[in-house]
Amino acid sequence: MVREAALEGLLREHAPQVLGALIRRFGTFETAEDAVQEALLAATIQWPVEGVPDNPRGWLLTVASRRLTDQLRSEVARHRRETASAALLPAEALVVPAPAEPGDEAVDPDDTLVLLFMCCHPALSPASQLALTLRAVGGLTTEQIARAFLVPEATMYQRISRAKQGIRAAGARFELPPAGERAERLQVVLQVLYLIFNEGYTATSGDALHRPDLTTEAIRLARDLHGRLPDEPEVGGLLALMLLTDARRPARTLPDGSLVPLDQQDRGRWNQAMIAEGTALVDAALERGPAGPYQVQAAIAAVHDEAPRAEDTDWPQVLALYELLEALAPNPMVTVNRAVALAEVRGPEAGLALLETLDGDPRLADNHRVPAVRAHLLERAGRKPAAIEVYRLAARMTSSVPERRYLMARADRLASTTH
Amino acid sequence: MKYVVLIYSNPRTWETLPAAERERVLGLHDKILGEMRERGELLRVDGLTDPTTTRTIRTRDGMPVVTDGPFGEAKEQLAGLWAIDVDSLERAIELASPITEYDVVEIRGLMDLSGYEM
Repeated sequence: MVREAALEGLLREHAPQVLGALIRRFGTFETAEDAVQEALLAATIQWPVEGVPDNPRGWLLTVASRRLTDQLRSEVARHRRETASAALLPAEALVVPAPAEPGDEAVDPDDTLVLLFMCCHPALSPASQLALTLRAVGGLTTEQIARAFLVPEATMYQRISRAKQGIRAAGARFELPPAGERAERLQVVLQVLYLIFNEGYTATSGDALHRPDLTTEAIRLARDLHGRLPDEPEVGGLLALMLLTDARRPARTLPDGSLVPLDQQDRGRWNQAMIAEGTALVDAALERGPAGPYQVQAAIAAVHDEAPRAEDTDWPQVLALYELLEALAPNPMVTVNRAVALAEVRGPEAGLALLETLDGDPRLADNHRVPAVRAHLLERAGRKPAAIEVYRLAARMTSSVPERRYLMARADRLASTTH
Repeated sequence: MKYVVLIYSNPRTWETLPAAERERVLGLHDKILGEMRERGELLRVDGLTDPTTTRTIRTRDGMPVVTDGPFGEAKEQLAGLWAIDVDSLERAIELASPITEYDVVEIRGLMDLSGYEM
């Protein structure tokens, strides 16, 4: 009897490699991807009953090849009926391949990397990049991805199918991007992995048994990418950022799903192994040379994670890192975070003054983070009535139920102590 | 981002529209729904029965009281809704704008259970 989790892990590990081999043999990403998906589904049905084959990858490759050959045959037959012309496809594409022997399949270890670049093609929308990466590289089923994003399966199916059309329309080839585009394309890949991570990390509830864990999947993919590109400091930086953030997960929510602010978390529940791994990664990445935004964000997370108590946090260090981050990647949200650090170092009024410089920035017009931070700083500055008003404003602006509950509670607590 | 698009309609306007015009507008709805389905943006779509079939429930003196008809006097009544998942509010506005020739549309974000530790 195969344990379900072990089976999943095995399938996920082989999925991109089988897909890569199939694309190399048949040359079509769209149909190959469908065939691999069918082979994965067949495996989830057969392996628990019949046992895992001696050569799981060979089994998957054989089954996927048969599906693909069947499909190509029926397409040729249809085309022949319609045009009375044959010889459209190379003859070898119509021959059912012999069952693969162990070591027989030509697996290029870099296929996973090529696939990752392909799924994160800049011509696709972020939603498409995420969905396709999880399916083609992560080996998740459409149903699992739909559940993770809380959308109907038909919606996710269309999103994936559209993403594949987008790849064809963009004329993407199954090869690594040319050297001149590599750095830019890698940025998109990192962005997609980080979005997958955040989608999982910010989910405070949902059926944990049936909602695939996107956080773990994002870390798995980032770890795999780091193994393939060990000399890219930003890949190490992103993996470190994920580990150092996810390390806090056991302490960031209460059993009822409510959020616990960083300074009130039970730090004894943080995952020390993840913190150690993340810290080592960020140190190694920073030693390699000029720091990129992921490394700096990881370094900030490391400073927080290394403080045994909230009051031990090295805020001058956090502030310096936010200043560096703002110089590297200017963004109003970074300024908001810098205001938090500035308030810790120089007092709440200094933080409030910095926040004021963001007033009227259209990029923040609908963002509840600014009033939420402002309310905190007003509270710390002892300006209670203003704090209550701004907490309530932030609560009205957020679309997150746990955040609204938290912000309302802060306002209520202040209101009950002002009289 | 997930939004609901609430479509408010005046039943009188629709009754008095020429059949061909009604067909044209419904065809436009179908076209937009088809595009959203094809792009994986549509979560669900529902039409509501006529506003006259509404039951309004209020608590009066601690007891729920049911009355016939909508509680508001507005001519425009909620007629249907879409739930969509799109890249931006701008995209939601772009999708909903063409159906506002005779109807009024409200776009509202959906609350969710995500959140950052603040």
